[in-house]
Amino acid sequence: MNIPQDVLFDESHEWVRRESEDTVTVGISDYAQDQLGDVVFVELPTAGSAVTKGDQVAVIESVKTASDIYTPVSGTIVEVNGSLEVTPEQINEAPYQGGWIFRVKMSDPTELDALLGGDAYQALTEGE
Amino acid sequence: MHYLPHTPEDVARALKLIGAPSIDALFEDIPAELRDPDMQVAPGLSEAELMAHLRQLAARNEDRGADFLGGGVRRHFMPSVTSHLAMQSEFVTAYTPYQPEVAQGILQATFEYQTMMSELTGLPVSNASMYDGASAVAEAALLAVRQTGREQVVVSRGVHPETREVLQTYLSPLGIELTTIDLDRLTTPVPAEDDLAAAACVIAQQPNYLGYLEPMQQLSDASHAAGALFVAAVDPLSLAVLAAPGDYGADVAVGDGQTVGNPANFGGPAFGFMVVKEALVRQFPGRVVGQTTDVDGKRAFVLTLQAREQHIRRSKAKSNICSNHQLTALMAAINLAALGPQGLRDLAVGSVQRAHQLADTLTQAGFEPLTSARFFNEFVLPVAVEPATLRRELARRGVQAGVAAGQEYGLGHAVVLAATESTTDADIQQLVSGLRSLEAAAMETADA
Repeated sequence: MNIPQDVLFDESHEWVRRESEDTVTVGISDYAQDQLGDVVFVELPTAGSAVTKGDQVAVIESVKTASDIYTPVSGTIVEVNGSLEVTPEQINEAPYQGGWIFRVKMSDPTELDALLGGDAYQALTEGE
Repeated sequence: MHYLPHTPEDVARALKLIGAPSIDALFEDIPAELRDPDMQVAPGLSEAELMAHLRQLAARNEDRGADFLGGGVRRHFMPSVTSHLAMQSEFVTAYTPYQPEVAQGILQATFEYQTMMSELTGLPVSNASMYDGASAVAEAALLAVRQTGREQVVVSRGVHPETREVLQTYLSPLGIELTTIDLDRLTTPVPAEDDLAAAACVIAQQPNYLGYLEPMQQLSDASHAAGALFVAAVDPLSLAVLAAPGDYGADVAVGDGQTVGNPANFGGPAFGFMVVKEALVRQFPGRVVGQTTDVDGKRAFVLTLQAREQHIRRSKAKSNICSNHQLTALMAAINLAALGPQGLRDLAVGSVQRAHQLADTLTQAGFEPLTSARFFNEFVLPVAVEPATLRRELARRGVQAGVAAGQEYGLGHAVVLAATESTTDADIQQLVSGLRSLEAAAMETADA
């Protein structure tokens, strides 16, 4: 399983990469995409919408199921990965790169402190 | 054979576990007189006695006579092959299969049905059918609310009054506002863009409840200009001669399918249908059968887009519709296949011709049917007496007169008369003479 060192994780399997002082990119982990199976559709959030940590903001539909995606931080959605509408399989192929889902301008960067590092996340998935 | 699989030992063990002395003790909260009421059921009959009794009851059925009832349900010709095939026990006894792909025959038949509805409506994606036209309209409204994020639904008063009641029932608990556009005499005026600013969708019916043709293209354009969806509630038979919802840009076509392949069934059951643009498939309620290939590359049928549905999405499913009206929808598919495109056109054209012949004959006889707007196979006839009285009196003369147009249309005493390809010259004459004798009777009463 691929766990890059430059990202943090939420217990609901989203990853967060800090892009600048107040902006993060969010996607789902390699473990999560493997559990879902082939992704066939992504319902993206609306850019510009205000969100609170834990809000359901997107839905990933795979051949097996449909799963809610929650934002790991509060703030404003500033960008969404529109290319997923055409090639949702990027989530399977490159979950930490081309498969990113949305970017948030954080209202409270200290929320990042509550997220898991790579080792803790690996321990979490091994426990499941 | 026992219908209940529990042995006395099972029952004793279960009662001991929950600490109840007996099964009866579990029902103590129900008053004793309700627990085992005297049902006053007659003793059983032998087969011969039962058959005699049923024949007696059947003999009380009256001939339907000259039939001008409409209001959403009409008797159209159905080739005898339709009911013969649809009543095969393989179809009649089959329930929605819970492991659907094992029943390839049902899925293929449903796929054929969907294909026909798609061709009729000019829209690409049909579901496997719904319960009835009214709930299909309500589901279309909910789809529009989900898709647009807006919480107002605008409906034309030309939509069947009962359908609008069902719509209200679905929408009010969800806090969705329902706004009605009044008719401008017989048809729906095109709303201003500002009036639709908060609308998730506009719903209009073609032909409308009174029978007249709505300006669907203009209503569709006005809806889209305001960012709302346009929902066309249509009589599927009319699509053999009228523009298809896809032609005028409707996002959703819904309706009751009875006219293309079910008997009147005393007003139901029939089936609802829903067909949508491809962009709406993920908000689409109901089951959808798709065509694919199996591991050997052979054609196969599967339920598709299931991630919208309850068994996967639970409380977040797009709709709680996870079933359909399989048999009545299948019957329509058989009927449409038996009629073919030309046969369906013949029924539609025949209905239009007979309805216009009826209107002309009434006009020549001195009555004043409302013909200022174009109509398909129903129109309004203002009458001198209460519609209920008219219906009762004409029924005594062997004529089933139309449904009341209702005070809500501001037309006074009026009925909607329907004709089909099966309406005969004799039926029309019988109606005219029935109306005349009623009129004469009314005048006598007035003179006295």
